[in-house]
Amino acid sequence: MSIRVLVWVRRVSQAGFLALFLYFLFQTGFRGSFASAETAVRLPLPVEAFLLADPFVAAMTLLSTHTVYRGLVWSLGLLALTLVFGRVFCGWICPFGTLHHFFGWIFPSRYLRGNKRVESNKTAPRQRIKYYLMYAFLAASVAGSAIGGLFDPICIAVRAIGLAVIPAVQYVFGVASFVTGQAGVRPLQSATDVAQDFLAQTVWQSKQFYFHHTWFIGILLVAVLFMNRVIPRFWCRVLCPLGAFLGVFARFALFGMEKDHAKCTDCNLCLVNCQGADSPQGGVKWRQDECHMCLNCESACPEDVIKFRFLPNRKGTITKPDTGRRTAIASAAAGAAIVPAARIADVIDANYDHRVIRPPGSVEEREFLERCIRCAECMKVCPNNALHPAFFEAGVEGIWTPILIPRIGYCEHSCVLCGQVCPTGAIQKITEDQKLGLGQKPVSIGTAFYDQGRCLPWAMATPCIVCEEFCPTSPKAIWVEEVTIPRRLPIASEDGKEPEMTTVHVQRPHVDPSLCIGCGACEKVCPVQDKPAVYVTNVGETRSKTNVILLEDTNYNRPG
Amino acid sequence: MLQRLSAAGLVLGGAAAAARVRYDRGDVGVAAPRERPQTRDHRVPDASDLPALSVAKNESEPEALVRKAITALGGMKRFVSRGDIVVVKPNIGWDRTPIHAANTNPRVVAEVVKLAYDAGAKRVVVTDASCNEPNRCFQRSGIWKAAYDVGAEVVLPAEHRFRGMRLKGEVLDEWPVYTPLIQADKVINVPVAKHHNLSRYTAAMKNWYGSLGGRRNRLHQNIDVSIADLATFMQPTLTVVDAWRVLMRNGPQGGNIADAKEIRTIVASIDQVAADAYGCQLIGRSAEEIPYIRMGHERGLGTMHWKDLRWVEV
Ligand code: SF4
Ligand code: SF4
Ligand code: SF4
Repeated sequence: MSIRVLVWVRRVSQAGFLALFLYFLFQTGFRGSFASAETAVRLPLPVEAFLLADPFVAAMTLLSTHTVYRGLVWSLGLLALTLVFGRVFCGWICPFGTLHHFFGWIFPSRYLRGNKRVESNKTAPRQRIKYYLMYAFLAASVAGSAIGGLFDPICIAVRAIGLAVIPAVQYVFGVASFVTGQAGVRPLQSATDVAQDFLAQTVWQSKQFYFHHTWFIGILLVAVLFMNRVIPRFWCRVLCPLGAFLGVFARFALFGMEKDHAKCTDCNLCLVNCQGADSPQGGVKWRQDECHMCLNCESACPEDVIKFRFLPNRKGTITKPDTGRRTAIASAAAGAAIVPAARIADVIDANYDHRVIRPPGSVEEREFLERCIRCAECMKVCPNNALHPAFFEAGVEGIWTPILIPRIGYCEHSCVLCGQVCPTGAIQKITEDQKLGLGQKPVSIGTAFYDQGRCLPWAMATPCIVCEEFCPTSPKAIWVEEVTIPRRLPIASEDGKEPEMTTVHVQRPHVDPSLCIGCGACEKVCPVQDKPAVYVTNVGETRSKTNVILLEDTNYNRPG
Repeated sequence: MLQRLSAAGLVLGGAAAAARVRYDRGDVGVAAPRERPQTRDHRVPDASDLPALSVAKNESEPEALVRKAITALGGMKRFVSRGDIVVVKPNIGWDRTPIHAANTNPRVVAEVVKLAYDAGAKRVVVTDASCNEPNRCFQRSGIWKAAYDVGAEVVLPAEHRFRGMRLKGEVLDEWPVYTPLIQADKVINVPVAKHHNLSRYTAAMKNWYGSLGGRRNRLHQNIDVSIADLATFMQPTLTVVDAWRVLMRNGPQGGNIADAKEIRTIVASIDQVAADAYGCQLIGRSAEEIPYIRMGHERGLGTMHWKDLRWVEV
């Protein structure tokens, strides 16, 4: 096959994998179906597949938990591919890499032409940074934190596109269709309605999702995409720890480049087109660990200097990353040091934040941090928009791990979807029966508390109890006390006397902490708009043996 | 020079024109015009020879009960004309399965849809604005599948389907209303009868909560008046109360099978107040005890003395 055909095969492969990635991302949400009422609600597709195939994720969690969680064995496939073909993942598969490739191509900089482009595509010392990041994150894993997920490209793609790009596009679309709706033109209205319905069934959910502080996640995505104007595929060359990880294994690849330096005329066309900055040009050694196997150089070379082939002559090749041993050790040490540094900053044991409500099925906090790679799959899938990337609520180490913010969305009683998509088991794959506590203790993620100074029946002699209505447990964790209490009439009486009094009958709510599962439904629906009169904190969560208040327990083996 | 002057003149003139058109006297909301409420009355003229309320009992299938109750009122043809767009509004409020009796029984909904099609309806739409996450409510209530199987269009409450309407009630002034219910030719209310901790009993009139968007959690502060306001705004063609299984306590969402009781009754009526007045007896209440039923009666929306109506038990 001619090399031009192969380059096109690569482009098709890139587009196909990017499309598949986006399709899975769009499908990461529950859209309902005609399934019968008793069918367990599960997603029909393995939407987290790209993360399961990610060997950097597998390595981090292997080092931190000493186990490989379920589907992560798929990452061995990608490792095997790398052992044969080198970093083909970067050039042919990685959706984030394709995004950079694509952006570099459609928004090229005016200043990045000819010689300038050749210069920026030469192998540069900055490319070592990604190895140092990788060492640091692997060491952090050994020390007990999968914080490296912050820099994993698949995690970034899910997080940034899922939590920032899609909701933002939906928002703009919603505003636009509201404006066309205002215009009052019937055909236009029904056309936008059809479009809205279609998009709600394919791309997003039927309601606008809001994610806590995602402006920051969005800005970082824009910034790293922008860098492609200065240095093509800046992310992949300089920062990507997954690329570095694959680079380390690329040294064994059976497939590689062979150069005929004698034929080279130094036209540098290879460098103009190089994606990996792996020194394809004549007169220097090719850097196998940096090469994305995109084959652009071979296809650009007019003199047939460059050839990719099986079992190439290794003389003109450098296979190992060009990192100094000392710097590598230093960066690993720094990575390992992140963990104690973050943890003495008062979070886990000493001053645990009450807002860190973890999704149902989450493992105990320390283990959670060993596993959670901040991929945001759970936040994307949550049908109620309940899960959000934490900022500093869970400490510096917990940045972008999922927390439940009941004011925005509560945990749906029969839902277990977040555990189904979590690729690393930070949220375990629990069943509905386990969650609801059929014949066992239900999974509790916190406890609700009343602020009696704000709760309407308590503080303002006004009937309410929407919280009680929404409390999903049976018997309800919220019970009411019927009282008849005085209330001042809101009309001033004459000649300066106090307004008259009347009595009203109200139901005052109470929480039964042994029944409350902390789902947050009560907080979500509380009509006291700004600061709710009932709120949930994480105390009493099932996953922790220490974060408790009460000594007694309830018998959950009642029939029902 | 001249060119510049005229350009500046144009800009100034344009700005002045824009200011004239969009001039804001700052009286927003101060003297809002008294507009008439946009009420929706879908009732058909009464027929003096036919009953206004029917109660069906003693059948082993809910479908048979629905058929019997509606036949007793003169059949679906009395309510649905050829070519009508009919909206069937069950209660799909909660993420519960049929056995919990928190939502309308899917078999009852499907039978109503079938009868409407048989009477010549062009389109039958089944929809509700749920309390819990709608996709789950629609699937797990069993209503999505049951309605789809008999050819209904099942519409989920997406955000863009709500439009601000003037209800002009005592407490409900303007509120986002669910558009499928506004655009219908005929509306059939198919609530489920159940206990409710605040309003004590809910079925027909309270079911209109599911026609509102926005933050309806505030309505509980004056639940009875807001239910009466809603029933004033929306007068259905027909009400079919599902009391096949009835949630006797822990309402409105239940969750424990033991809370529900099989009562095997269907109440059909052209009078939503009477339907509620009859229905509340099923959970051991009387219409006098329930303020919103009394208010509906006083506002002339129907009668709480259902025995005064022409009624039959079949
Ligand atoms: S947080 Fe609750 S509602 Fe959200 S995905 Fe997890 S289980 Fe479902
Ligand atoms: S908990 Fe959420 S963010 Fe963390 S790894 Fe699991 S799915 Fe990803
Ligand atoms: S958090 Fe609120 S709604 Fe959820 S179980 Fe506790 S009291 Fe009930």
